[in-house]
Amino acid sequence: MNRLSWFNTVSLTLGFAFLYIPMIILIVFSFNESKLVTVWAGFSTRWYGELMQNQAFLSAAWVTLKVAVFSSTIATVLGTMAAYVLVRGGRFMGRTLFSGMIYAPLVMPEVITGLSLLLLFIGIGLDRGVLTIVLAHTTFSMCYVSVVVSSRLVTFDRSLEEAALDLGCSPIQAFGLVTLPIIAPAVISGWLLAFTLSLDDLVIASFTSGPSSTTLPIKIFSAVRLGVSPEINALSTIMIGIVTVGVITASLVTKRASIRQRREEQEAARA
Amino acid sequence: MPETVFAPWSDPDARPLIRFQNVTKRFGDFTAIHDLTLDIFEREFFALLGPSGCGKTTLMRMLAGFETPTSGRIELAGKDIVPVPPNKRAVNMMFQSYALFPHLSVWDNIAFGLRRDNMAKDAIDRRVDEMLKLTRLGRFARRKPHQISGGQRQRVALARSLAKAPKLLLLDEPLGALDAKLRQDTQFELMDIQEKTGTTFVIVTHDQEEAMTVASRIAVMDQGEVIQIATPDKIYEEPESVYVADFIGDVNLIEGRASAHGEGRFRIDWAEGQQPLIAASRLEFAAGQQCHLAIRPEKIAISAERPSDADNAVQGRVHDIAYLGNLSTYHVELPTGAIVKAQTANTRRISRRDFTWEDPVWLSWTATAGVLLAN
Repeated sequence: MNRLSWFNTVSLTLGFAFLYIPMIILIVFSFNESKLVTVWAGFSTRWYGELMQNQAFLSAAWVTLKVAVFSSTIATVLGTMAAYVLVRGGRFMGRTLFSGMIYAPLVMPEVITGLSLLLLFIGIGLDRGVLTIVLAHTTFSMCYVSVVVSSRLVTFDRSLEEAALDLGCSPIQAFGLVTLPIIAPAVISGWLLAFTLSLDDLVIASFTSGPSSTTLPIKIFSAVRLGVSPEINALSTIMIGIVTVGVITASLVTKRASIRQRREEQEAARA
Repeated sequence: MPETVFAPWSDPDARPLIRFQNVTKRFGDFTAIHDLTLDIFEREFFALLGPSGCGKTTLMRMLAGFETPTSGRIELAGKDIVPVPPNKRAVNMMFQSYALFPHLSVWDNIAFGLRRDNMAKDAIDRRVDEMLKLTRLGRFARRKPHQISGGQRQRVALARSLAKAPKLLLLDEPLGALDAKLRQDTQFELMDIQEKTGTTFVIVTHDQEEAMTVASRIAVMDQGEVIQIATPDKIYEEPESVYVADFIGDVNLIEGRASAHGEGRFRIDWAEGQQPLIAASRLEFAAGQQCHLAIRPEKIAISAERPSDADNAVQGRVHDIAYLGNLSTYHVELPTGAIVKAQTANTRRISRRDFTWEDPVWLSWTATAGVLLAN
């Protein structure tokens, strides 16, 4: 192990402090006994208990989860299809236009996306609720999935698909039996990306949600406007915990897989 | 009992397995294949040889069904296969990159094509085991492609493409990724397997030695056209054009003007003040017609004294010596400034070599040693 110079140590510390001190404060105060957020009155887990009793938060969390699962799944299917056609479709009419348009939602201000979707839903007379949030989230997260999947498809060895056709697959079988299993990691990370985007979206959800379908970010935001309560700190801590466990598990799994693959390749080369 | 030589191409009644009829393929403005007609017979090991960009890969991809000809007909066993998609053709291909499915084991890779045919499970098991035995891969059946070496991967690719017992197997630069030693062994292995299975093989390669070693016939291609189709020895000994003579192996090309010199022989005036050369030729040349004498370096003898009985002899000076271990190539500069290469086997140790740099030497060859070409 290299020892860091004092300069590097200081920059590292400052950088991490900048990133994590706000979160650490939040976590610490979620265990505060006092109802006042800024005054420490001893350790307690009572706010976690109260949170579990809070029906409004629980139902918002349930709505959020439903929206995230449905919208990210639909977005993954559509985004993968779009990526496949744009990378593999050859030169069809309007290809450049389509490939430019699929990325437009990435740079579009969310307020505008939200407003336009709201106008659409009102226009076609669709009542705002879980369905409209799912549709809206699918719309904006689909392009993220398509970016992730198409970057994998660009480096995909085309002859693998040709080999599948050559061995008797129909084009659809070739996709299902060869292409999809190989690009699966990219498709899964596209799904995870869409899932997280949907989980923490506030702006688009506020345009497209109805009275019966408040998502967790909307609920938190409106609660905070009446003053930060320790319950919110507890809720946020739980969310940080879930995300942390997810990220660490995912990185451990990929790291172990890549180490195993490298070791096996070395063994094959030696043999 | 007279031994029958395998040469269906010289039998006028033989029906070809594959027939290209006036096939042209264009990509936009670029013509990859130009009006090509070609027959390949059953059980042949047919090599498509040429520099990169000559159209040999396009030709193979048309056989596999990945490209459709712009015009013309491609027949497999008498049937036009142009409208048949790749998954419906009795043709399999071994890819240059091997294209092994990384998520499947060696066993599953080989079984992949059989499963698509809805074969019974025990029939698949038997066929895969047979293929594993043929390619000596039994020990690696459960491994994934990244867990085996390059040579083993090559054999998996071969086993996978042979598993469905295709009428025709296409091999796209199959040995390109192997090192020289392994490549040689694998060439003989390929020939063995081809003989055992009786499958027709078409191989694409830019390596002329590989084509000479494995093929029953070679098609030399250039710029979308077939220049010559013949057996390896004919291609080497009797090239029909300067291009083929020059592309295959090492050759000396001497330009001159022909004039008749007795029955089937021609005199070639090739330089001012030099004695004309004598060459036998089955082709006719008009008096004064421009021609090239193509002669292989190993067919030229090198000596200190002028040989008395040679048809052709020229004097020169050793300009350079390429020592290859088993052979030495002498680059001899003639008084005209031209360089002629002569090759000899190093039957004696290098310290006993007769000639060295700047030595005056005589080069000699017989009238039948070279080939007289019109262009």
